[in-house]
Amino acid sequence: MSSRADILGRVRAKLNRNAANAAVGRAAIEATLAARVQGPRPAVDPQKSALAARLIEKSLAYSSTVDQVATAAEAPAAVARYMAGLKLPMKAVVWPKLAGLDWPTAGIAVEARGAMDSDLVGITGCFCAIAETGTLMLCGSPDSPATVSLLPETHIALVPASRIVAGMEEGFELARAELGRLPRAVNFVSGPSRTGDIEQTIVLGAHGPYRVHLILLTAE
Amino acid sequence: MDLRARRFKANSEAALANPVLQANMKTAKGKFVDKRAISIREIDDFEGTREAAQALRNQVIENLDLWLEKFEETATARGATVLWAKDGAEICRHVVDIGRQHGVKKAVKSKSMLSEEAGLNLALEAAGIQPVETDLGEYILQINDNEPPSHIIAPVVHKSLDEVADLFHAVHKTPRKTEIPALTREAREVLRSHFLTAEMGISGGNFLVAETGSVALVTNEGNGRMVTTLPRVHVVITGIEKVIPTLEDLSTLMRLLPRSATGQSISNYVSVLTGTKAAGDLDGPEHLYFILVDNGRADVVGSEFQDMLRCIRCGACMNHCPVYQTIGGHAYGWVYPGPMGSVLTPLYTGIENAIDLPHAATLCNQCGVVCPVKIPLPELLRKLREKQVEKRLRPWSERVAFRLWAWVASCPTLYGIGTRFAVRYLKWLAGGKPSIPVLGAAPEWTKGRDFPAPEGRTFRELYARRRQP
Repeated sequence: MSSRADILGRVRAKLNRNAANAAVGRAAIEATLAARVQGPRPAVDPQKSALAARLIEKSLAYSSTVDQVATAAEAPAAVARYMAGLKLPMKAVVWPKLAGLDWPTAGIAVEARGAMDSDLVGITGCFCAIAETGTLMLCGSPDSPATVSLLPETHIALVPASRIVAGMEEGFELARAELGRLPRAVNFVSGPSRTGDIEQTIVLGAHGPYRVHLILLTAE
Repeated sequence: MDLRARRFKANSEAALANPVLQANMKTAKGKFVDKRAISIREIDDFEGTREAAQALRNQVIENLDLWLEKFEETATARGATVLWAKDGAEICRHVVDIGRQHGVKKAVKSKSMLSEEAGLNLALEAAGIQPVETDLGEYILQINDNEPPSHIIAPVVHKSLDEVADLFHAVHKTPRKTEIPALTREAREVLRSHFLTAEMGISGGNFLVAETGSVALVTNEGNGRMVTTLPRVHVVITGIEKVIPTLEDLSTLMRLLPRSATGQSISNYVSVLTGTKAAGDLDGPEHLYFILVDNGRADVVGSEFQDMLRCIRCGACMNHCPVYQTIGGHAYGWVYPGPMGSVLTPLYTGIENAIDLPHAATLCNQCGVVCPVKIPLPELLRKLREKQVEKRLRPWSERVAFRLWAWVASCPTLYGIGTRFAVRYLKWLAGGKPSIPVLGAAPEWTKGRDFPAPEGRTFRELYARRRQP
């Protein structure tokens, strides 16, 4: 007997499974999947300005830093200011999706591709951002590769204000509506990578970025 | 992993007598407790959220066979291969086979307690595949001669900074570092090269989402993302009980899991991974395998211990357990310590193999109060004790003593005489002192504490006297 048959067989026996209750159970499963009932939710003010304010507050609590400009066109200059402040070389890997912004004028040499180990700065957008916890929702695709937010020591994310949602539920709803099905990799990122394994002392930059910098695009 | 739960008493005595361990446990004590208490206040309806989580976990377990078939269908539709394993040996066979099929020489691992159940690292080494643990805590344990973890969330909670500093100095052959950030950076650099060169990533799975056929992975370090993004093969090893229905359910559970585990509003990284690398994708594995593991779980379905299958492995029960806080995790002798381990170890490895664990609890119910999915842990521990009696696994002296006690207690006159004799005898034994240092009939009881001496009269005697006008 295969292990599958053995394991499922024992579970079925324990649950007194028969054809009739299997049909009822399958119908219940389809109903559950269609209903997508939400659990209790913490109150999050859905006003646009309140969502942005909460995203900023929670992001700061998660050791991210935040800057605000009006439009995507102003983002490269804001990125350049941030990188200059950290004395980083003016080089970055950027999501292909963002390759069209005017990076050269801001003085940043960007390469639009997946990240490599040697990349120090990764610039991404986001699929949306979640106000409840100060979280970026990143969906992987050929023009938004997952490595750019992962391998470099510094991760800079552009967040259009119109893409801030209340909770994870709205993020998934948006993915269903716009993408049809989940992409291979959906990554929720809340601040820099960290570990508390040694004496429960929090250290930033375990395996992922040491720094996460959000640039909120207030008019986008 | 070898089962050492039979030696619980000896192990816990050794733990109590180990000054380094005691100091380390004292350092850790209360940190997770305080952080959890603060973070759950962010949830307006925490109790309602717990109840919703309990209900959704129950819903799956009550139709587990059908939910597993559903998950298999959705995961397969996205290009994953679903395999099944009855026990640890079969997990090892599957992973080694997958490794050989894809020419794997090195496998990077994100934390998986099931791989601990299976002893997977030794099996991989024997097959010529180098396993590399990448969670900082698990890495520390691996380079310390494959030491077992002592906590499911914080595997090296029992170790001090000094011990880690010595270990890195000895193993990495670098100058000894004494700052935690420097040690973390050193591990990051060593492990980064492994991430980039490994052909296979192995992870556990916090949840399997039936709606989408996805695995949800929760980490803070980012190693979970590395392991599932860079290598060309990804193997997920999870228990069959980890299925949840929808992404909405994942959202609910993500309000509970990080808060209960580390007191965070959310873990730094939550990855929802579905299927293999798509056309044009620049990263992600070309091959994705799920190994759905029984190893004792199927037999718990439909039993009086079914509530235990709701467990989401947050570790809150051990963080709040006075016994765990005192003896640490190694004394429990298998993969899972603390109250959840004291239930799981006998259920998964045989009640007769972990006789002492259900007794390693004060039944104070702190674990039951903090459990995010409302598992009645003290009740399950009590049921396991009952099972031991039913199966005649208790020592004959204890059985005789309880028989005798039951007979005397059901006979009021005899009970009155017996207790009057006992309190007078104990008073005499104390010889005027307030306590008795060694009780001959129950020496275990007075090993670590004195027995308070009675005043010389029973409650019934005192009551009768006060009733007199």
